[in-house]
Formats: sequence, C-alpha cells, structure tokens
Amino acid sequence: MVELTLPKNSKVTEGKTWPRAPKSTHLTEFKVYRWNPDGNANPSIDTYYVDRDDCGPMVLDALIWIKNNIDPTLAFRRSCREGVCGSCAMNIDGTNTLACTKAIDDNKDPVKIYPLPHQPVVKDLVPDLKNFYAQYASIEPWLHTTTATPEKEWKQSHTDRAKLDGMYECILCACCSTSCPSYWWNSDRYLGPAALLQANRWVQDSRDEATGERLDNLEDPFRLYRCHTIMNCSKACPKGLNPAKEIATLKKALVDRQL
Amino acid sequence: MASNGKFNGGPAVNGRAYPIEDHTYDVVVVGAGGSGLRAVVGCSEAGLRTACITKVFPTRSHTVAAQGGIAAALGNMSEDDWRWHMYDTVKGADWLGDQDSIEYLCRNAPAAVYELEHWGLPFSRREEDGRIYQRPFGGMTTHYGKGTAQRTCAAADRTGHAMLHTMYGQALKHNAEFFIEYFAIDLIMDDAGRCRGVIALNMDDGTLHRFAGNMTILATGGYGRAYFSCTSAHICTGDGGGMVLRAGLPLQDMEFVQFHPTGIYPAGCLITEGSRGEGGYLTNSEGERFMERYAPSAKDLASRDVVSRSMTMEIREGRGVGKDKDHIFLHLDHLDPKVLAERLPGISETARIFAGVDVTREPIPVLPTVHYNMGGIATNYHGEAVTLKNGDPDTVVPGLMALGEAGCVSVHGANRLGSNSLIDLVVFGRAAALRCAEILTPGEKQPELPKDSADLALARLDKFRHASGGTPTAELRLKMQRVMQNNCAVFRTGEVLDEGHKLIHDVYAGMPDLRVTDRSLIWNSDLIETMELDNLIGQAVVTMDSARNRTESRGGHAREDYPDRDDNNWMKHTLAWMDDSGGVTLDYRPVHNYTLTNEIAYIEPKARVY
Repeated sequence: MVELTLPKNSKVTEGKTWPRAPKSTHLTEFKVYRWNPDGNANPSIDTYYVDRDDCGPMVLDALIWIKNNIDPTLAFRRSCREGVCGSCAMNIDGTNTLACTKAIDDNKDPVKIYPLPHQPVVKDLVPDLKNFYAQYASIEPWLHTTTATPEKEWKQSHTDRAKLDGMYECILCACCSTSCPSYWWNSDRYLGPAALLQANRWVQDSRDEATGERLDNLEDPFRLYRCHTIMNCSKACPKGLNPAKEIATLKKALVDRQL
Repeated sequence: MASNGKFNGGPAVNGRAYPIEDHTYDVVVVGAGGSGLRAVVGCSEAGLRTACITKVFPTRSHTVAAQGGIAAALGNMSEDDWRWHMYDTVKGADWLGDQDSIEYLCRNAPAAVYELEHWGLPFSRREEDGRIYQRPFGGMTTHYGKGTAQRTCAAADRTGHAMLHTMYGQALKHNAEFFIEYFAIDLIMDDAGRCRGVIALNMDDGTLHRFAGNMTILATGGYGRAYFSCTSAHICTGDGGGMVLRAGLPLQDMEFVQFHPTGIYPAGCLITEGSRGEGGYLTNSEGERFMERYAPSAKDLASRDVVSRSMTMEIREGRGVGKDKDHIFLHLDHLDPKVLAERLPGISETARIFAGVDVTREPIPVLPTVHYNMGGIATNYHGEAVTLKNGDPDTVVPGLMALGEAGCVSVHGANRLGSNSLIDLVVFGRAAALRCAEILTPGEKQPELPKDSADLALARLDKFRHASGGTPTAELRLKMQRVMQNNCAVFRTGEVLDEGHKLIHDVYAGMPDLRVTDRSLIWNSDLIETMELDNLIGQAVVTMDSARNRTESRGGHAREDYPDRDDNNWMKHTLAWMDDSGGVTLDYRPVHNYTLTNEIAYIEPKARVY
C-alpha cells in the first residue's frame, strides 16, 4: 500500500455542539464541516439541531435556518434556491448535490454536510472553483462560425436542436467533476466531466463550424482521456444529465474522424 | 482573475487600517446578469477597458432563473409588427411607460434576439422550417389588441439560463475582465455630482478595491428580497438602488411591484407564464376557470397585475383551494405530455420537487408572489441615469448608468409584460455600450479622485463589521419582509399603507441596533447580508412611502380606496430621495408622451381592458 502523508492541519477535529432550541420537539441533527481561514485551527465538524417545525423541507432551508437562528458565521453559497443557478453545490450525506433541491428527509440522520470534495476550501462550505471555471473557459463556450452571419437566425432543424438537450441544461455546479476520482488526482490536466459535457454541447451544435478544432483541443491523454468511465459524474448530476455519455460521444467522434 | 491594481497605504477607520487596491478602467460594470454582460461585451468590442464586478459567479446571476422567454416581433409563427409589440407594452405599462424608450425597445428587439442566436443561444425551433419557436404570452397581441400574438422566443422554459450562459461565453470570447465575488459597497461621487467609480470588497481574500471609471454602469438587479415571499433569488437585494439612495440620488416609480400570478405555494418558486401560453389555466375551489370572468378576451393570458388581482379576489371571496382555502390551482394536466416534456421540462421538475406534483396528472398549487420591480434608477433610453435638478426632469447624472431591473428606463411603467424583461436587458445593455463608445475615449486620463473617495464605503463597512447591538441581521430582515408582505401587497389602502409607513420606518430605526457576529473579512456572509439588508431597507422605505403617496390605481399599484386610474393627477413618475435618517422626499418627473420617430404616433391613454 502507498503510504500517504497528509498535511498536519488536514485532520478534521470534533467541533462545537450548538445548543438545541428550547421547547422544540421535532429536531434534526446536522453535522457541518467548518474551517476558518483566519488563524491556524484545523477544520472541525460542528453539530447543530434544526427545528423542523420552523424550517422549510430542503437542506438549504436548514443551512439558512442555522445561519439565521444559531450561528451567523456559517458560510455557504446560495442564490436561486430552485436548482437552476448551481451555487449551493456541496457534499450532503456522502453525495455531491444541490442543497436547495435535496430534501432533508432524504438523508440519513444526522445529516452530514461537507464542501465539494478535492477543491481548496475558502471557508466552511465555500470551495475555490477557479480552476473549474478556467477549464470551462478553455473549451471556448461560444459559437464559432466562418460563414457570413445571416441577417436573421441560423436555421436549425428540430432534430438538430434536440441534440443539445441533455447538455445545454448544465448549470456548472461542479457536482460531477468534484465527484470524479480521476478529476481528484489530475484536475490540473484533466478537464473533468462538466467541461467535457460543455465541449460536446458545442461539438454537437449544427450551427458550429469549428468541430475539427474543438476535437483537436481535446485529443490529449489527459484533457479527455483521463475519463475512465467511473460514472460518478452521471450519478451525481443534480439535473439528471449524463456527462459520462457525452464524454463517450466525444471519444467516439475522435475515433470516427480517423476512419 | 484580472487585476491591474496596486496597493497604497490606505486609510484607517476607527483606528483600523483598510488598505485599498486601486484600479482604473474606462467603464466599470457592477453586476454580471443579462444587462451587465451585454454592456460588458459591447464596451469591450468598442475598445474600452471594461471591468465587471459581480458578487456571484456570472452564471449564478438571477437572469438564470428566467423561464418563459424573450419578446421580439420576429413574425416567425404568424404576422407580427414591432408597433403591435409597442402598443402591448404601453398598455401593459398602464401608460406610465416612456414611449420613446418603448419604441427603442420594440424596434430593436428582433435584432437583439438574432444577435443572441448568432452567439449560440439554443432557442427552441419550429418543426416546419428551423426558425426560432415563439409562444404566446400574457398581454401580447396583434393588430393593436385584436388577436393573440406568438411573440415570445424561448429555449424550452430555461430561456434565461440559456441566455446567461450564452452571454457569459461571449464575454469570455472578448476577454472581459471579471472581478468575481467582489461585493460593491458604495459609489464614489465627486463634488460636481459626477459618479467616479465604486468601492468593492473581495470576498475571497477580504481585500478592498477602488475602481475608478469614466462610466459606472449599475446592473445590479431588483430588490425582491425586501418581501417575505418572492420568486427572486437570495441575491436579489437591489444593491445598486441602495448605493444610489446613499449617493443622494432618487429612485423612480418604486411603488410598482409586480406579483407573478404563479409562484408555487408555499415555496415561492416561479412557474412560468409560458405554462399558460402553452394552454395552462387557473381554477378556483369550484373548479371554475375564473379568469374568463375577469378578462373575457385574454382570459388566463391577461397581464400579470390583472391575473394576480383576480386570484386574490377569488381567495378573498372564499373560493381559494387547499385546507386553508388560501391558494389557486394551475392546470397543465390536460396538455399533451410530449408538449410538457419538450416545452416545459424545467417547471415540470420544479413542481415535482417543490410541490410534490406530477404536472401530467395534478394541478400545481400557486399564489401571486413578488417577482419584479418596475421601479429603479431613472434613466433615458441610452441607459444614462437621470434626475430632477433645477427644474429639468431629464438632467443626466454624469458618469452613471443603470440597466435591467436596477434601472427604470421606464419601458415597463406600472406593470411589466412577461418576456419583456429579457429583451429589456439586451436592448438597453447594448444601448448603454453604444453610448459609452460614443461619449468615452479609450484610455482617457481620469482626473484625481476626491480625497474622501473611500470614506462613505469604508465607514459603512467598518460600522457593520463591528456592529454589536441587540438585533441579529436575520431578525430585522424578517421584520422588514413581513411588513412589506402585509402592508404593501397586491391590494393596498390608505389605512394599510399608513400603518406600513410607520412600521417600515420603525424597522429602519432598528438598523443602529444590528448585531453582526462574524468579524472576519474573508467570505464573511454575515457582514455581506447585513450590507444587503442596508440596501434593502432603504428601498423598502421608499417603496412604502411612494405607494402611500400615489392616490390612484395603475398597473401593479392597486388602491382599493382609489380604484381608478387618474391621468389628470397621476400621469407622472414618482421620484423618491432618502436622507441619512430615513426621511423620504418625493417629487415627480413627467411621463414622456412622445415617440422617437414618425413611424409611430404617441399612443393615447384609454381604458385598459383585457
């Protein structure tokens, strides 16, 4: 077995157990990862008890309830609260998902919440996603055309437009990429499922005229081929998309053009 | 991340040093939603050095949640004309819109949609010829009110998402400089009343940044979170409006708050009007399609204020559904499941997750929910902020622009039509960029900033960071939200608004007693939420006071004690200023009763019937 030496302060310690709200009878226990960049303390797991009679049904509701009623210092991203913006992606009960669409009752008790795995942590549940965003930018997510632009719209058949379904819906939450072991080890060079799904979204677009260049950019032992069809991405996607399938489509397109 | 900054010694506040990094750009855009990104792309194309400051990663902006579509008279489905679109918008606005701006919007709408398509937006398509699919939407008609128009271009029911991602791609293509998760604290205003830039906090590392720009563009969105129940995202705290009030400038038409008829009960999540455009309808507890009574011609596709009022009337008269008879049903179960899957997949998923409803079998429980602020920072059709000064109601505030929901170019007047918001973003985002290209020179030297340029922002930051009163931010915010929800809702009366006036000023008076627990500067969302509350409360106060002042009913402002529109006395925009102690001063600007060109005449006011 390989012996790994972890950095000294990577050990997660037992944190504070916050007092239960008096008089509440319907409590759910939450164990939440905490880390503060100020000071040198190790990360810890704090325990909170959420009054379910005063709280909405979703995990995000519980986090907001904790922030409003127990501990205002808890940091997490949130915005739309309806599963379209991708802000509140985190690891809940062992799975990467969106806190806003994950029902509290669909988890084991206590509900364990960690930041998205294998990303640097800025604070508490807030990961640093700069590398993830840079990889998205690297696939050039805009329409490339050389033909003169028409006065009105580019026409696209119903069938061609349907090819984009299952890809254009991606919300860049990073649940898939940060669930991928291959991405954990090689995220400096492997683009990861989200960026690859987005790459295929443009490869499949009948209006795009840079398919060759797009495929050239992916033909690399790391950028594309570090996908080993582990399929965690497809299991994690909170929008029900299938990044593994889109990656397979890209690999097939690379083979097809050799024939 | 982009940076051209250098650190200086930095001023101290209350004995604490806040070093500031300085940046200079031609244009500083605050906000990276639809209008902010369109302005960024346009300014970058014009060769202007442009910074975009945003408190969330661009694709998390609230534009992402827009569903139904973007209106433009393309005429793909049947005959259409931008003049009909203009007529509908004027009527939807209950004649409070500025008709020069509305002409600019509707005339330029088709080109703006084609531009988005050329950038790659995955619009839904017509089976017949591969052109962009367009659906019917509330208040959209042909031949000046005679027929039903199919004018709203859509990417299924995820149009805002598709649009925002497409525009972020364009911004990347143009190498726009983004400052992501930077929270703008305050504007920098000089003695001559010119806006010189903005001070922002980098949440990632807690550093402060001063952005000097010859033009500052506020694209900061609405303030829906001033209410308890809204379709708006948590980030919709109207930060631009708050900054403008503190800079001593007015906000316009703040009494006009749109309630969307179909927010999911009780979660508040949006169900697009496109669901009614595709054939959905509302029923009461008797199973009656009651909209036929209130709007015999447009029925369920009357404009939003009309539908929201009708639903509220049904509930009041005891015909609400559910255990407490406090909501209404939206039926989609009669529609072909194939249509639902192709054109309304997003709301089908939302209804399942948040209401536990299978839309192919059961109705969705819905309730009118706060959705959009027609009011905001007054601008002309170039996006330039204007104010009333020395008797001139169209005085441009130099160096400042406002766009989208933050602005009030007044194309939406007293009530916005569905799918007119997304088109507003791109048409006026482009207009603002064109204006910048016209009046600014790339790299032009900027005069020295005032010595106290950071004082206002730093004093506020320090005050809230160390706030140690007895009221947690969340508690005061909830109080504000309850007051707005109870006292400034779909129907209003003088009595309720008088009470609301007292209550909301009481909330304002509670601000000095706030308590912030987190004293750090890195990702201190306790502090950010407190500064957001400070932005919200100012707008809540002027909303209540403007509503109390307007003694007529028009569009989204329905007074039971003044049920009629009163063009003689109230055909004018409200302007509201707020002083440091929460005192509100009101004045007015005339509505522009002229158009831009001779291709359409001013549309005279008449009774608004759907």
